[in-house]
Amino acid sequence: MSQCLLKAEHIKISFGNVHALRDVSLEILPGEIHCLAGENGCGKSTIIKIISGVYQRDGGTIEFNGQKIDKISPIDAINLGIQVIYQDFALFPNLTVAENLALNTELASRKKTVSWKNVRKIAEEAVSKINFQVDLDQKVQELTVAQKQMVAISRALMSNAKLIIMDEPTTALTKKEVSALFKIILKLKEQGIAILFISHKLDEVFEISDRFTIFRDGQMVATGSTKELDDKKFTYYMTGREFSDKIFVPENLSDKPVFELRNLTLDGAFSDINLSLRRGEILGITGLLDSGRTELGLSMFGLKPADSGQIMKEGKEIRLTNPREAIANSIGYVPEDRLSEGLFLTQSIGDNIIISEIDKLKKKNGQFDLKKRDEEVEKWVKELEIKTNNPNNAATTLSGGNQQRIVLAKWLACNLDVLILNGPTVGVDIGSKHDIHMVLQRLANQGLGIIIISDDLPEVIQNCSRVLVIKNGKIKSEYDTQNVSEQMIIDDMM
Amino acid sequence: MNKKIKKIFQSNEPYIFLIIILLGIVVQIRSGQFFTANNIVDLLSAMIVPGLFAIAEFMALIAGGIDVSFPALASLSAYATTKLLLDKNYEGNVLLAFVIAIAIGAVLGAVNGYFIGYLNLNAMIVTLGSASIFQGIMQGTLRANQLSVIPSGMKSFGTAAFLTATNKTNGLTSILPYTFIILVLVCAVMHFVLHYTIFGRGIYAIGGNPLSAHTAGFNVKRTKFIMYIMIGMIASASGICRVCMMQQMHPTNMLGMEMNIIAGVVLGGVALTGGAGTLTGCILGTFLIILVQNSMILLGIPTTWSDVFVGLVIVIGVSLTAWQSNRTSKSKKKSVKEGA
Repeated sequence: MSQCLLKAEHIKISFGNVHALRDVSLEILPGEIHCLAGENGCGKSTIIKIISGVYQRDGGTIEFNGQKIDKISPIDAINLGIQVIYQDFALFPNLTVAENLALNTELASRKKTVSWKNVRKIAEEAVSKINFQVDLDQKVQELTVAQKQMVAISRALMSNAKLIIMDEPTTALTKKEVSALFKIILKLKEQGIAILFISHKLDEVFEISDRFTIFRDGQMVATGSTKELDDKKFTYYMTGREFSDKIFVPENLSDKPVFELRNLTLDGAFSDINLSLRRGEILGITGLLDSGRTELGLSMFGLKPADSGQIMKEGKEIRLTNPREAIANSIGYVPEDRLSEGLFLTQSIGDNIIISEIDKLKKKNGQFDLKKRDEEVEKWVKELEIKTNNPNNAATTLSGGNQQRIVLAKWLACNLDVLILNGPTVGVDIGSKHDIHMVLQRLANQGLGIIIISDDLPEVIQNCSRVLVIKNGKIKSEYDTQNVSEQMIIDDMM
Repeated sequence: MNKKIKKIFQSNEPYIFLIIILLGIVVQIRSGQFFTANNIVDLLSAMIVPGLFAIAEFMALIAGGIDVSFPALASLSAYATTKLLLDKNYEGNVLLAFVIAIAIGAVLGAVNGYFIGYLNLNAMIVTLGSASIFQGIMQGTLRANQLSVIPSGMKSFGTAAFLTATNKTNGLTSILPYTFIILVLVCAVMHFVLHYTIFGRGIYAIGGNPLSAHTAGFNVKRTKFIMYIMIGMIASASGICRVCMMQQMHPTNMLGMEMNIIAGVVLGGVALTGGAGTLTGCILGTFLIILVQNSMILLGIPTTWSDVFVGLVIVIGVSLTAWQSNRTSKSKKKSVKEGA
């Protein structure tokens, strides 16, 4: 295949003793949308960094546009027409949109001075390429995530890019923003620009890509046309495991509800929410980002106390005005952004697990009981299968899925009756996602009442026994997950 | 237009400027001596050395670093230069003093720059260490003691008046030495460098996001290295200015200035986290500190209280900055939510 735009063969690289990539190959045709998928840590990011000149490979050959490439620096890569849009967009938050757009071009021109008139001209030209409306004098830190991404894309287009690599571009976007992004990607394709789209979200891979390559553990496991790929194969390639797509059926339902809401209202967020949750049940709540679903979650945990309505726990009315009251009533909450809200990332795994029950871990004289702590930590590491060889390591050393498990462990250690999870598997790869789902189902069967707030519909349908759809702050509909389709829910959400 | 005004008031500079004016009015009411020609000239002349230091520090902070070694660096290079010229019985122009000191400063700055830039070590730790080393070399190796006589060229440069102002009521005369031109010059050059050169924008870019700067194609290491050399050069020039103006070389006289300088720069809205701030803010913040220090006398407050007031201004000023950024980030969050 001599007409390949990029042909990377037998690429090897190791960091210390870790072989990040062992003999992977990647071929991208001109003007195609190619999807590179794989679980976290499979080497996706590493290969991008090699192609873009950030890392130097230990072995293998790279050909770009028919030209052999030996050793390249980031600038060489840009000059060749390779542009990377990193997850953090690699923008300068402290500089204006205009300067962010123009900086690369100015740098590449090897001029020593900056002409601000020129900067403005370059910036205007850049945003016009994708019809992006933005105040050029605004600082990038003041933009929304989607806007930042548009800035990054516009910037990438400035240097006659032939290949644009997007590293998990949809992670922080809403559904609407994702479809806007896809439109732009298709437009770029029309202009003959090849796109390497990194993702581990299956629906995105199917929707946008022409061909795919899948990595696992630093090796290439599959490549080919997306048409020949289906859900099952995709998941298998990604994880090396096969999962059943059975819908959760509660085994251990209590007769009486453990948690109820009656006409719960928070002005400006949601109104007249009625729901009841039984032990052993997993209830899904779904809706668009601004539907009020997140606020509802926060109100059920006392973080945003409701304005009116009743909250009942085991048939008795309770008041939730702050998280401490919720915990006292055995209600736990796993926040949407586990990294910033749920974990002390630099602290040890063990300390993260016991933080919520720290009051119970003291001796009679008030001293911290270290032995009891270690027992608790060990118990939960085992129970939730957290993959670590030493619970005294910092939480940052774990992968996303394992971090999520710590947050779970932290709450379960408090002997909860009700657990509310908001977007429990956002940013978690398929394998860990599945493991977390299994843990949740097991916990429900042990008698916990679980509420999952999520807009990941396959997740909701597979793991919940019932699902509530929220639209504009009101419950629009309720379904039994055994007989509902994704489309029915989407129709109600919109 | 309204948006533009709003934008201006989101930064620190206008507030610092207002505080300076207010403080001036208070001093004027109390003493009647603030808005007199000689007081203004005195303030400007007191601004020269701290102003130069502040510009040097400003660069380090913008790039996301910090430099606490500049007083020691300036002392060492100024001392070595003065001593050398004295030993050689140099009688000529002050220019040579500047050239030698700046050359020494460049070498010392390069030491900082090498460790911080090329070895990627923490700037605070490196400069804390180098400050001790510079001071040690000066006091140990060079056996520094007070030089009460300085070369004639430096002496005349320090006393030559660029501007003379006489207070009509009490007949006091103040002069603004030519060293002031150096401050203005360095200010202008640095404004150009930071605003209109790729190198200067690189400093901002590194402060904003060093990784992105690297991937965008900036030579981060070299930029930092050169920047610390420049800091050394500016600080050394400042050291010579100080010696000329004081008419003697006191080796330990400048040590300990770093905290007030850093505080002044931060007060002017320069973020300790790097990337944000303007040269105007840096100069205004430093001026505010100088103003507080110098106005104590006019207000009839014993100079022993000066440190307390400077401290108060710093704490209040930095609290205001925090409150300010908190407010803007809150309003930002709100608008993001509305947009979603």
